[in-house]
Amino acid sequence: MYGKKVKLRAFFIILVFISALLITFLVINSLKENVVYFKSPTEIKNLTQIDKKKIRIGGMVKKDSIEVNSKNLKFIVTDFKNEIIVSYDGAVPNLFEEEKGVVAEGYLQDRKFLKADKILAKHDENYMPPEVKEAISDN
Amino acid sequence: MLNYFNPGNTIKIISKLQKFIFALFIAVLILGLAEALVLSPEDYKQSDSVRIMYVHVPAAWISLGIFTVISILSFGILIFKNKNFSLITKSLAPSGFVFNIIALVTGSIWGKPTWGTWWAWDARITSMLLLAIFYLMFMMSWKIVDQENKAIKLSSYIAIFGLINVPIIKFSVDWWSTLHQPSSVNVLKETTIHTSMLVPLGIMTAAFALFSLLIFLMKYNTELLKIKNKGLDRL
Repeated sequence: MYGKKVKLRAFFIILVFISALLITFLVINSLKENVVYFKSPTEIKNLTQIDKKKIRIGGMVKKDSIEVNSKNLKFIVTDFKNEIIVSYDGAVPNLFEEEKGVVAEGYLQDRKFLKADKILAKHDENYMPPEVKEAISDN
Repeated sequence: MLNYFNPGNTIKIISKLQKFIFALFIAVLILGLAEALVLSPEDYKQSDSVRIMYVHVPAAWISLGIFTVISILSFGILIFKNKNFSLITKSLAPSGFVFNIIALVTGSIWGKPTWGTWWAWDARITSMLLLAIFYLMFMMSWKIVDQENKAIKLSSYIAIFGLINVPIIKFSVDWWSTLHQPSSVNVLKETTIHTSMLVPLGIMTAAFALFSLLIFLMKYNTELLKIKNKGLDRL
């Protein structure tokens, strides 16, 4: 069997590891709000107050909601419970599409309206060749 | 068993093994690249930029895997003062670090056309950057601490603290809303990547694993030679 010293070292190191684990857990837990990259429309709706700070919202681009007026782009971000109208001037990424994930960064005007200065397209975890996609859509 | 740990014998075995693994690595890499760059289909949405994934994902997996092995061995180093383990962790770190950087860089290259940004401070990307910093601290501890025993101790503590970050990287995409997509290759849930894309991904992972093994054996052999040259015949 192992000597007393080895057992003592094992106990000490496991103690160090568990303390570090706990500290990390507590830190992350208290930072929860800041760890998320974006908020959903429902979370925005439940905000107690709207700050002037820059904010990111994310969700799906609602079907048939994209409106283009010369340089201005308007669309609705939905999480299928609540919606936010986003207004944006500029170019959007290639993957920006209806019924696909999107993240908009900008300033909230009110709980229903965001003036964005950056649009990011969110990619989902589905990877397939175009033929397979067509076959799925046909069904 | 004791004979096996005699550096002289091990050096000979490793030298032979290296040639075999190098040949295997080249063969698997050619097959993997042919599959990934030519034979596999383009994605329905990202078209050809999906091919970046065949380098990005294996690199990320390997760097995470290597760090996990280093951390687990580090417990052994600290508890049992196993000298051989510390040679193994020291030799493993560089290839893990390089693959970590490759994962970050290829992710950035993929992010620009897909997301519309080179970099996002989301949980997955930030925790992956933290892993690179842990790798860097681990390797630097050997350089800045002169006394070998202290360097071994310091690097091992860095590795076990870094282990906490590993599950955070893995589950960051499930725990928090991130720009990075959730994982497509799953054991418990359904895998959401088509078989024609899963095959090149698997082959590229094997190729990268072989490359890491090759670099590891080279580094490990160098460490053993250093010990042999010091005139010690056993570890």
